Amino acid sequence: MIDVKGLVKTFGLKSVLRGLEFHADRGEFVALVGPNGAGKTTFLRILASLSRPSMGEVRVAGYRLPTQAAAVRIRLGVVSHQPLLYGDLTAEENLTFYARMYGVVDPEQRVRAVLGMVCLQAQRRDLVRKFSRGMQQRLAIGRAILHDPDILLFDEPHTGLDQEAAAMLDTLLRDVAARGRTIVMTSHNLDRAADLAQRIDILSKGVIAASVKRAEIDPLDLPKLYRSVTHA
Amino acid sequence: MPEAGSTKVLDDQPVTLRRSSGLGAYLRSIGAIVWKDLVVELRSRELISAMLVFALLVILIFNFALELDIRTRETVTSGVLWVTFAFAGTLGLNRSMAVEKDRGCLDGLLLVPVDRSAIYFGKAIGNLVFMLIVEVIVIPLYSVLYNVNLFQPGLLAVILLGSIGYVAVGTLLSSMAVHTRTRDVLLPILLFPVVLPVLVPAVKASNGFLQGFEMAEIWPWLNLLIVYDVIFIAIAFMVFDYVVEE
Repeated sequence: MIDVKGLVKTFGLKSVLRGLEFHADRGEFVALVGPNGAGKTTFLRILASLSRPSMGEVRVAGYRLPTQAAAVRIRLGVVSHQPLLYGDLTAEENLTFYARMYGVVDPEQRVRAVLGMVCLQAQRRDLVRKFSRGMQQRLAIGRAILHDPDILLFDEPHTGLDQEAAAMLDTLLRDVAARGRTIVMTSHNLDRAADLAQRIDILSKGVIAASVKRAEIDPLDLPKLYRSVTHA
Repeated sequence: MPEAGSTKVLDDQPVTLRRSSGLGAYLRSIGAIVWKDLVVELRSRELISAMLVFALLVILIFNFALELDIRTRETVTSGVLWVTFAFAGTLGLNRSMAVEKDRGCLDGLLLVPVDRSAIYFGKAIGNLVFMLIVEVIVIPLYSVLYNVNLFQPGLLAVILLGSIGYVAVGTLLSSMAVHTRTRDVLLPILLFPVVLPVLVPAVKASNGFLQGFEMAEIWPWLNLLIVYDVIFIAIAFMVFDYVVEE
């Protein structure tokens, strides 16, 4: 579903990604962990076609980036630590706007359904700027799944959430994964990554320094592996 | 707040999407962006009120500073008018893009599977509407304050053409400047030298109509204005994708 070979990304003289190799199968849930500046967000932005690779080959759902970006975007949902929502629009208006942009047939019905799925039906007429961080993040997930994408990219989705909202988000993530969607999620939280994902990739200094399947490692050994890889 | 575990994220109902290519989808996307910008502005009233207050202050200051007789007023009117529109327009362009940047909404737009030039045209049309609204309020006030008749079809056409050119360049440059920390300062520095080919013929043509020149004298400036409008729109159409992508 996602194939990345020799990905390099430079900003001026600074190399952020240095020949990164990555693969995710259909329906796989991969967590990308790593220290600040390791290149997690940059990598996700390239997968989302928001940033151009400097070198290397990136294929998402069989389409090559950046040349076939439009074909990739229709198969992609993105949830960032920013909500990507307009504060001065209501929840319903935000989703209707994005539904129109994605060309959803019968946007009103789809928006109603999605608001129900993320449990924001009662707040549909409220302005998004009045929402709590947890509610905004649920609506952001609603925005990301409006067009029913095959692949979902989550960039540190738990940032700024309280315990209850984070647990709620975990439930949403598990539900999305259970429906066979391919998920790539960046996180700083090893426990959460190990709890949710099938595979944990540790990104350090612009490359995937280690990749372990959850089933093959004791979660207690993960911090040790993380330290040894990131401090190497 | 609902209990964790009670949510159902993806239902089994398939979602039908229209074909994302084609003129219909392109125009629908432009329409959706314009609609969104108008609703956001209707709620916040940040953009138009800032532009309007600034524009009114500029024409008031010029009115008191210049203290001109009626004939001299006619000669400086086009200059004062376009200085007012250009400065007020910069405020609007900055704010319009800042709204997109604040909550990462620009990324949300860039993730949509439509040609990115549709985003440019949507934003540019929205900006043009806001600028025209300000102009519709400023022109009668200017006429009263300066005792100059601005309600001439030719002059109004020049104002429309000049505004189109200004917004065409401004929307492109504001989408570049919005990625920088100094966007408020950077936009005018980038914009004014580039937009000069629009402003000069706009001022000259406006002056021609106000002074009652022959159309033969005004046409070259009007033609220049139209040509620059077309050139700037074409350039923005071609480069917007590269400007907004990292």
